[in-house]
Amino acid sequence: MSAYFEFLLRMGDNTLILGHRVSEWCGHTPVIEEDIALANTALDLIGQTQMWLGLAAEVEGKGRTADDLAMLRDAWDFRNVLMVEKPNGDFGQTLMRQFLFDAFHLEMLKGLTTSSEPRVAEIAAKAVKEVLYHVERSGDTVIGLGDGTAESHERMQDALNLMWPYVGEMFASDDVDTEMLSTGIAPDLNQLRIAFDAHVGAVMADATLTIPDSTFAHKGGKSGFQHTEHLGHILTQMQWLQRAYPGASW
Amino acid sequence: MKPGIAQIWDWLDQVPDPEIPAISVVDLGIVRGVAWDGDTLEVAVTPTYSGCPATSVISMDIETAMIDRGIEKTRIKTQISPPWTTDWLSDKGRAKLEDYGIAPPRAAGGPARCPRCKSENLDRISQFGSTPCKAQWRCLDCLEPFDYFKCI
Repeated sequence: MSAYFEFLLRMGDNTLILGHRVSEWCGHTPVIEEDIALANTALDLIGQTQMWLGLAAEVEGKGRTADDLAMLRDAWDFRNVLMVEKPNGDFGQTLMRQFLFDAFHLEMLKGLTTSSEPRVAEIAAKAVKEVLYHVERSGDTVIGLGDGTAESHERMQDALNLMWPYVGEMFASDDVDTEMLSTGIAPDLNQLRIAFDAHVGAVMADATLTIPDSTFAHKGGKSGFQHTEHLGHILTQMQWLQRAYPGASW
Repeated sequence: MKPGIAQIWDWLDQVPDPEIPAISVVDLGIVRGVAWDGDTLEVAVTPTYSGCPATSVISMDIETAMIDRGIEKTRIKTQISPPWTTDWLSDKGRAKLEDYGIAPPRAAGGPARCPRCKSENLDRISQFGSTPCKAQWRCLDCLEPFDYFKCI
Protein backbone atom coordinates (compact mmCIF):
# COMPACT_ATOMS: atom_id res chain seq x y z
CA MET A 1 0.00 0.00 0.00
CA SER A 2 1.61 3.29 -1.05
CA ALA A 3 1.77 6.12 1.47
CA TYR A 4 -0.19 8.40 -0.87
CA PHE A 5 -3.00 5.84 -1.22
CA GLU A 6 -3.04 5.35 2.53
CA PHE A 7 -3.21 9.10 3.13
CA LEU A 8 -6.21 9.40 0.78
CA LEU A 9 -7.92 6.53 2.62
CA ARG A 10 -7.40 8.40 5.89
CA MET A 11 -9.10 11.48 4.50
CA GLY A 12 -11.96 9.54 2.91
CA ASP A 13 -12.49 7.10 5.78
CA ASN A 14 -12.66 9.93 8.32
CA THR A 15 -15.42 11.65 6.36
CA LEU A 16 -17.19 8.37 5.56
CA ILE A 17 -17.37 7.04 9.10
CA LEU A 18 -18.19 10.38 10.68
CA GLY A 19 -20.75 11.06 7.93
CA HIS A 20 -22.40 7.74 8.69
CA ARG A 21 -22.34 8.36 12.43
CA VAL A 22 -23.88 11.81 12.07
CA SER A 23 -26.55 10.48 9.71
CA GLU A 24 -27.74 8.21 12.54
CA TRP A 25 -29.27 11.32 14.12
CA CYS A 26 -31.57 11.95 11.18
CA GLY A 27 -35.09 12.18 12.57
CA HIS A 28 -33.96 11.93 16.21
CA THR A 29 -32.48 15.30 17.19
CA PRO A 30 -34.01 17.48 19.92
CA VAL A 31 -35.13 20.23 17.50
CA ILE A 32 -35.76 20.27 13.77
CA GLU A 33 -33.11 22.89 12.95
CA GLU A 34 -30.47 20.66 14.48
CA ASP A 35 -31.83 17.64 12.64
CA ILE A 36 -31.49 19.50 9.36
CA ALA A 37 -28.04 20.82 10.24
CA LEU A 38 -26.72 17.38 11.16
CA ALA A 39 -28.24 15.77 8.06
CA ASN A 40 -26.65 18.43 5.86
CA THR A 41 -23.30 18.01 7.59
CA ALA A 42 -23.48 14.24 7.03
CA LEU A 43 -24.34 14.85 3.38
CA ASP A 44 -21.33 17.12 2.88
CA LEU A 45 -19.06 14.55 4.53
CA ILE A 46 -20.35 11.71 2.35
CA GLY A 47 -19.90 13.93 -0.73
CA GLN A 48 -16.31 14.63 0.27
CA THR A 49 -15.83 10.89 0.78
CA GLN A 50 -16.75 10.28 -2.87
CA MET A 51 -13.98 12.65 -3.95
CA TRP A 52 -11.30 11.29 -1.60
CA LEU A 53 -12.06 7.61 -2.10
CA GLY A 54 -12.58 8.18 -5.83
CA LEU A 55 -9.06 9.57 -6.06
CA ALA A 56 -7.72 6.83 -3.76
CA ALA A 57 -9.17 4.17 -6.06
CA GLU A 58 -7.54 5.81 -9.11
CA VAL A 59 -4.20 6.08 -7.35
CA GLU A 60 -4.37 2.44 -6.30
CA GLY A 61 -4.91 1.48 -9.94
CA LYS A 62 -6.51 -1.89 -9.33
CA GLY A 63 -9.83 -1.10 -10.94
CA ARG A 64 -11.65 -0.49 -7.67
CA THR A 65 -14.12 2.39 -7.29
CA ALA A 66 -15.01 4.71 -4.40
CA ASP A 67 -18.05 2.49 -3.76
CA ASP A 68 -15.86 -0.63 -3.63
CA LEU A 69 -13.58 0.99 -1.08
CA ALA A 70 -16.48 2.20 1.06
CA MET A 71 -18.69 -0.86 0.92
CA LEU A 72 -16.40 -3.86 0.43
CA ARG A 73 -13.47 -3.35 2.79
CA ASP A 74 -13.48 -4.89 6.25
CA ALA A 75 -12.63 -3.08 9.49
CA TRP A 76 -8.85 -3.68 9.44
CA ASP A 77 -8.52 -1.95 6.05
CA PHE A 78 -10.12 1.28 7.27
CA ARG A 79 -7.79 4.17 8.08
CA ASN A 80 -10.04 6.63 9.96
CA VAL A 81 -9.08 8.02 13.35
CA LEU A 82 -10.72 6.40 16.36
CA MET A 83 -12.64 9.53 17.33
CA VAL A 84 -15.07 9.30 14.41
CA GLU A 85 -16.05 5.75 15.38
CA LYS A 86 -17.20 6.80 18.84
CA PRO A 87 -20.91 6.21 19.32
CA ASN A 88 -23.07 9.34 19.19
CA GLY A 89 -23.89 9.27 22.90
CA ASP A 90 -26.05 12.22 23.85
CA PHE A 91 -26.40 15.32 21.71
CA GLY A 92 -23.59 17.04 23.60
CA GLN A 93 -21.14 14.22 22.89
CA THR A 94 -22.07 14.27 19.21
CA LEU A 95 -21.48 18.01 18.97
CA MET A 96 -18.26 17.89 20.98
CA ARG A 97 -16.88 15.16 18.72
CA GLN A 98 -18.03 17.17 15.70
CA PHE A 99 -16.33 20.36 16.86
CA LEU A 100 -13.03 18.66 17.71
CA PHE A 101 -13.02 16.88 14.34
CA ASP A 102 -14.15 20.00 12.44
CA ALA A 103 -11.37 22.08 14.02
CA PHE A 104 -8.79 19.50 12.89
CA HIS A 105 -10.47 19.04 9.49
CA LEU A 106 -10.48 22.77 8.79
CA GLU A 107 -6.73 23.15 9.43
CA MET A 108 -5.92 20.00 7.45
CA LEU A 109 -7.98 21.12 4.44
CA LYS A 110 -6.54 24.63 4.53
CA GLY A 111 -3.08 23.06 4.43
CA LEU A 112 -4.05 20.74 1.59
CA THR A 113 -5.22 23.59 -0.65
CA THR A 114 -1.53 24.19 -1.43
CA SER A 115 -0.73 20.49 -1.89
CA SER A 116 1.90 19.52 -4.46
CA GLU A 117 -0.73 17.15 -5.89
CA PRO A 118 -3.19 19.31 -7.87
CA ARG A 119 -6.03 16.81 -7.46
CA VAL A 120 -5.66 16.91 -3.68
CA ALA A 121 -5.58 20.71 -3.72
CA GLU A 122 -8.76 20.79 -5.83
CA ILE A 123 -10.70 18.51 -3.49
CA ALA A 124 -9.48 20.45 -0.45
CA ALA A 125 -10.50 23.79 -1.99
CA LYS A 126 -14.00 22.42 -2.54
CA ALA A 127 -14.34 20.77 0.87
CA VAL A 128 -12.92 23.61 2.97
CA LYS A 129 -15.83 25.87 2.01
CA GLU A 130 -18.29 23.35 3.42
CA VAL A 131 -16.24 22.69 6.55
CA LEU A 132 -16.16 26.40 7.39
CA TYR A 133 -19.93 26.14 7.88
CA HIS A 134 -19.59 22.92 9.89
CA VAL A 135 -17.09 24.35 12.34
CA GLU A 136 -18.97 27.62 12.75
CA ARG A 137 -22.07 25.71 13.82
CA SER A 138 -20.40 23.04 15.95
CA GLY A 139 -18.30 25.70 17.73
CA ASP A 140 -21.35 27.89 18.39
CA THR A 141 -23.27 24.90 19.74
CA VAL A 142 -20.42 23.85 22.03
CA ILE A 143 -20.34 27.40 23.40
CA GLY A 144 -24.13 27.57 23.73
CA LEU A 145 -24.37 24.28 25.62
CA GLY A 146 -21.15 24.67 27.61
CA ASP A 147 -22.11 28.14 28.79
CA GLY A 148 -25.74 27.11 29.18
CA THR A 149 -27.61 25.51 32.05
CA ALA A 150 -25.92 23.63 34.88
CA GLU A 151 -26.94 20.35 33.28
CA SER A 152 -25.85 21.22 29.74
CA HIS A 153 -22.53 22.52 31.11
CA GLU A 154 -21.91 19.31 33.02
CA ARG A 155 -22.77 17.16 30.02
CA MET A 156 -20.46 19.17 27.75
CA GLN A 157 -17.60 18.91 30.24
CA ASP A 158 -18.22 15.13 30.40
CA ALA A 159 -18.22 15.04 26.60
CA LEU A 160 -14.93 16.93 26.43
CA ASN A 161 -13.36 14.62 29.03
CA LEU A 162 -14.58 11.62 27.02
CA MET A 163 -13.38 12.86 23.60
CA TRP A 164 -10.10 14.53 24.58
CA PRO A 165 -8.03 11.29 24.64
CA TYR A 166 -9.00 10.85 20.97
CA VAL A 167 -7.60 14.22 19.85
CA GLY A 168 -3.93 13.21 19.93
CA GLU A 169 -4.22 10.58 17.20
CA MET A 170 -5.25 13.16 14.60
CA PHE A 171 -1.89 14.93 15.04
CA ALA A 172 0.39 11.97 15.78
CA SER A 173 2.77 11.78 12.84
CA ASP A 174 3.82 8.38 11.47
CA ASP A 175 5.69 7.16 8.37
CA VAL A 176 2.77 7.99 6.07
CA ASP A 177 2.54 11.54 7.41
CA THR A 178 6.30 12.01 7.18
CA GLU A 179 6.31 10.97 3.53
CA MET A 180 3.30 13.18 2.75
CA LEU A 181 5.10 16.13 4.34
CA SER A 182 8.41 15.52 2.56
CA THR A 183 6.68 15.22 -0.83
CA GLY A 184 4.65 18.36 -0.19
CA ILE A 185 1.34 16.51 -0.51
CA ALA A 186 0.12 17.24 3.02
CA PRO A 187 0.94 19.84 5.68
CA ASP A 188 2.97 19.43 8.86
CA LEU A 189 0.75 17.98 11.60
CA ASN A 190 2.73 19.84 14.27
CA GLN A 191 1.83 23.13 12.63
CA LEU A 192 -1.82 22.10 12.40
CA ARG A 193 -1.81 21.30 16.10
CA ILE A 194 -0.73 24.84 16.96
CA ALA A 195 -3.64 26.34 15.01
CA PHE A 196 -6.01 23.69 16.41
CA ASP A 197 -5.01 24.40 20.01
CA ALA A 198 -5.54 28.14 19.54
CA HIS A 199 -8.98 27.64 17.99
CA VAL A 200 -10.17 24.97 20.43
CA GLY A 201 -8.74 26.84 23.41
CA ALA A 202 -10.69 29.98 22.50
CA VAL A 203 -13.96 28.10 21.99
CA MET A 204 -13.60 26.13 25.24
CA ALA A 205 -12.88 29.33 27.14
CA ASP A 206 -16.08 30.88 25.76
CA ALA A 207 -17.91 27.65 26.57
CA THR A 208 -16.58 27.80 30.19
CA LEU A 209 -15.20 24.29 29.72
CA THR A 210 -11.87 22.99 30.98
CA ILE A 211 -9.58 21.08 28.64
CA PRO A 212 -8.24 18.00 30.47
CA ASP A 213 -4.62 18.28 31.55
CA SER A 214 -3.51 15.11 29.77
CA THR A 215 -1.74 14.30 26.52
CA PHE A 216 -2.70 10.62 26.58
CA ALA A 217 -3.93 9.55 23.15
CA HIS A 218 -5.71 6.40 22.05
CA LYS A 219 -4.19 5.29 18.75
CA GLY A 220 -4.57 2.59 16.13
CA GLY A 221 -7.29 3.94 13.84
CA LYS A 222 -5.37 5.76 11.15
CA SER A 223 -2.76 3.00 11.01
CA GLY A 224 -5.50 0.35 10.94
CA PHE A 225 -3.64 -1.47 13.72
CA GLN A 226 -6.42 -1.43 16.29
CA HIS A 227 -9.82 0.07 15.65
CA THR A 228 -12.39 0.28 18.43
CA GLU A 229 -15.04 -2.42 18.61
CA HIS A 230 -17.52 0.15 17.28
CA LEU A 231 -16.19 0.19 13.71
CA GLY A 232 -17.28 -3.35 12.94
CA HIS A 233 -20.78 -2.56 14.14
CA ILE A 234 -20.94 0.53 11.90
CA LEU A 235 -19.88 -1.56 8.91
CA THR A 236 -22.51 -4.24 9.52
CA GLN A 237 -25.13 -1.56 9.06
CA MET A 238 -23.44 0.58 6.40
CA GLN A 239 -22.32 -2.30 4.20
CA TRP A 240 -25.28 -4.60 4.78
CA LEU A 241 -26.90 -4.14 1.39
CA GLN A 242 -23.76 -4.77 -0.67
CA ARG A 243 -22.88 -7.76 1.50
CA ALA A 244 -26.36 -9.29 1.32
CA TYR A 245 -26.90 -8.50 -2.36
CA PRO A 246 -23.45 -8.23 -3.98
CA GLY A 247 -23.37 -5.83 -6.92
CA ALA A 248 -26.88 -4.50 -6.28
CA SER A 249 -27.45 -1.14 -7.98
CA TRP A 250 -30.38 1.13 -8.73
CA MET B 1 -25.45 20.09 -39.01
CA LYS B 2 -24.32 20.54 -35.44
CA PRO B 3 -26.04 23.31 -33.43
CA GLY B 4 -23.75 26.21 -32.48
CA ILE B 5 -22.38 26.68 -28.99
CA ALA B 6 -24.47 29.82 -28.36
CA GLN B 7 -27.61 27.89 -29.28
CA ILE B 8 -26.69 25.14 -26.83
CA TRP B 9 -26.12 27.63 -24.00
CA ASP B 10 -29.58 28.99 -24.77
CA TRP B 11 -31.07 25.50 -24.53
CA LEU B 12 -29.21 24.79 -21.31
CA ASP B 13 -30.65 28.00 -19.90
CA GLN B 14 -34.07 26.34 -20.25
CA VAL B 15 -33.09 23.34 -18.09
CA PRO B 16 -34.48 24.01 -14.59
CA ASP B 17 -32.60 23.23 -11.42
CA PRO B 18 -34.41 20.18 -9.96
CA GLU B 19 -34.51 21.57 -6.41
CA ILE B 20 -35.19 25.20 -7.31
CA PRO B 21 -37.04 25.02 -10.64
CA ALA B 22 -37.47 28.81 -10.76
CA ILE B 23 -33.89 29.12 -12.00
CA SER B 24 -31.98 27.31 -14.73
CA VAL B 25 -28.76 25.35 -14.39
CA VAL B 26 -27.06 28.21 -16.27
CA ASP B 27 -28.46 30.78 -13.81
CA LEU B 28 -27.06 28.67 -11.00
CA GLY B 29 -23.60 28.95 -12.54
CA ILE B 30 -22.88 25.23 -12.53
CA VAL B 31 -22.42 24.85 -16.30
CA ARG B 32 -18.74 25.66 -16.73
CA GLY B 33 -18.17 24.86 -20.39
CA VAL B 34 -19.76 23.59 -23.59
CA ALA B 35 -17.71 22.12 -26.45
CA TRP B 36 -18.01 19.72 -29.34
CA ASP B 37 -15.70 16.71 -29.38
CA GLY B 38 -16.42 15.20 -32.81
CA ASP B 39 -20.13 14.39 -32.76
CA THR B 40 -20.23 14.29 -28.94
CA LEU B 41 -21.30 17.33 -26.99
CA GLU B 42 -19.23 17.81 -23.86
CA VAL B 43 -20.82 19.79 -21.03
CA ALA B 44 -18.67 20.60 -18.01
CA VAL B 45 -20.73 20.74 -14.81
CA THR B 46 -19.53 21.64 -11.33
CA PRO B 47 -21.36 20.48 -8.19
CA THR B 48 -22.70 23.11 -5.78
CA TYR B 49 -22.03 21.15 -2.58
CA SER B 50 -19.99 17.97 -2.88
CA GLY B 51 -22.78 15.78 -1.49
CA CYS B 52 -25.67 17.52 -3.24
CA PRO B 53 -28.00 14.74 -4.45
CA ALA B 54 -29.34 17.03 -7.18
CA THR B 55 -26.03 16.77 -9.06
CA SER B 56 -26.76 13.42 -10.71
CA VAL B 57 -30.32 14.48 -11.53
CA ILE B 58 -28.96 17.64 -13.17
CA SER B 59 -26.63 15.59 -15.37
CA MET B 60 -29.55 13.40 -16.42
CA ASP B 61 -31.78 16.41 -17.10
CA ILE B 62 -29.11 18.00 -19.29
CA GLU B 63 -28.64 14.81 -21.31
CA THR B 64 -32.42 14.45 -21.73
CA ALA B 65 -32.80 18.09 -22.82
CA MET B 66 -30.07 17.66 -25.43
CA ILE B 67 -31.69 14.47 -26.78
CA ASP B 68 -34.97 16.40 -27.09
CA ARG B 69 -33.08 18.93 -29.26
CA GLY B 70 -31.69 16.18 -31.48
CA ILE B 71 -28.23 15.86 -29.93
CA GLU B 72 -27.76 12.15 -29.38
CA LYS B 73 -24.39 12.04 -27.70
CA THR B 74 -23.76 14.20 -24.64
CA ARG B 75 -20.95 13.65 -22.21
CA ILE B 76 -21.17 15.31 -18.81
CA LYS B 77 -17.78 16.15 -17.39
CA THR B 78 -17.71 16.78 -13.64
CA GLN B 79 -15.29 19.56 -12.87
CA ILE B 80 -14.58 20.49 -9.25
CA SER B 81 -11.97 23.17 -9.84
CA PRO B 82 -12.31 26.08 -9.46
CA PRO B 83 -14.93 25.26 -6.81
CA TRP B 84 -18.44 26.56 -7.33
CA THR B 85 -19.22 29.87 -5.71
CA THR B 86 -22.49 31.73 -5.29
CA ASP B 87 -20.76 34.62 -7.11
CA TRP B 88 -21.55 32.66 -10.29
CA LEU B 89 -25.31 33.03 -9.86
CA SER B 90 -26.57 35.20 -12.70
CA ASP B 91 -28.33 38.52 -12.02
CA LYS B 92 -31.38 37.04 -13.75
CA GLY B 93 -31.15 34.04 -11.43
CA ARG B 94 -30.91 36.24 -8.33
CA ALA B 95 -34.04 38.17 -9.29
CA LYS B 96 -35.93 34.94 -10.01
CA LEU B 97 -34.87 33.46 -6.66
CA GLU B 98 -36.30 36.42 -4.79
CA ASP B 99 -39.57 36.24 -6.76
CA TYR B 100 -39.72 32.55 -5.87
CA GLY B 101 -39.37 33.33 -2.14
CA ILE B 102 -35.67 32.57 -1.63
CA ALA B 103 -33.47 35.50 -0.61
CA PRO B 104 -30.42 35.63 -2.95
CA PRO B 105 -26.88 35.38 -1.52
CA ARG B 106 -24.98 38.51 -0.56
CA ALA B 107 -21.34 39.06 0.33
CA ALA B 108 -22.49 40.44 3.68
CA GLY B 109 -23.44 36.85 4.63
CA GLY B 110 -27.16 37.39 5.10
CA PRO B 111 -30.27 38.40 3.16
CA ALA B 112 -30.92 42.07 2.32
CA ARG B 113 -34.67 41.84 2.92
CA CYS B 114 -37.58 39.48 3.40
CA PRO B 115 -38.46 38.05 -0.03
CA ARG B 116 -42.17 38.38 0.83
CA CYS B 117 -42.79 41.70 2.60
CA LYS B 118 -39.37 43.31 1.86
CA SER B 119 -38.78 44.16 5.53
CA GLU B 120 -35.16 44.46 6.63
CA ASN B 121 -35.98 43.38 10.18
CA LEU B 122 -34.63 39.82 10.02
CA ASP B 123 -33.33 37.06 12.23
CA ARG B 124 -31.23 33.99 11.42
CA ILE B 125 -32.71 30.67 12.53
CA SER B 126 -29.98 28.32 11.28
CA GLN B 127 -27.08 28.28 8.84
CA PHE B 128 -28.44 24.97 7.53
CA GLY B 129 -31.67 24.65 5.61
CA SER B 130 -33.84 22.45 3.43
CA THR B 131 -30.99 21.82 0.96
CA PRO B 132 -27.20 22.12 1.42
CA CYS B 133 -27.16 25.50 -0.36
CA LYS B 134 -29.68 27.23 1.89
CA ALA B 135 -29.93 28.73 5.38
CA GLN B 136 -33.12 29.39 7.36
CA TRP B 137 -34.08 32.95 8.27
CA ARG B 138 -37.25 34.58 9.50
CA CYS B 139 -38.84 37.97 9.05
CA LEU B 140 -39.63 39.75 12.30
CA ASP B 141 -42.33 41.90 10.66
CA CYS B 142 -44.44 39.47 8.63
CA LEU B 143 -43.21 36.63 10.89
CA GLU B 144 -42.75 34.24 7.96
CA PRO B 145 -39.72 31.96 7.83
CA PHE B 146 -37.85 31.93 4.52
CA ASP B 147 -34.89 30.32 2.80
CA TYR B 148 -31.70 32.27 2.19
CA PHE B 149 -29.33 31.04 -0.49
CA LYS B 150 -26.12 31.04 1.52
CA CYS B 151 -22.75 32.17 0.22
CA ILE B 152 -20.08 29.65 -0.46
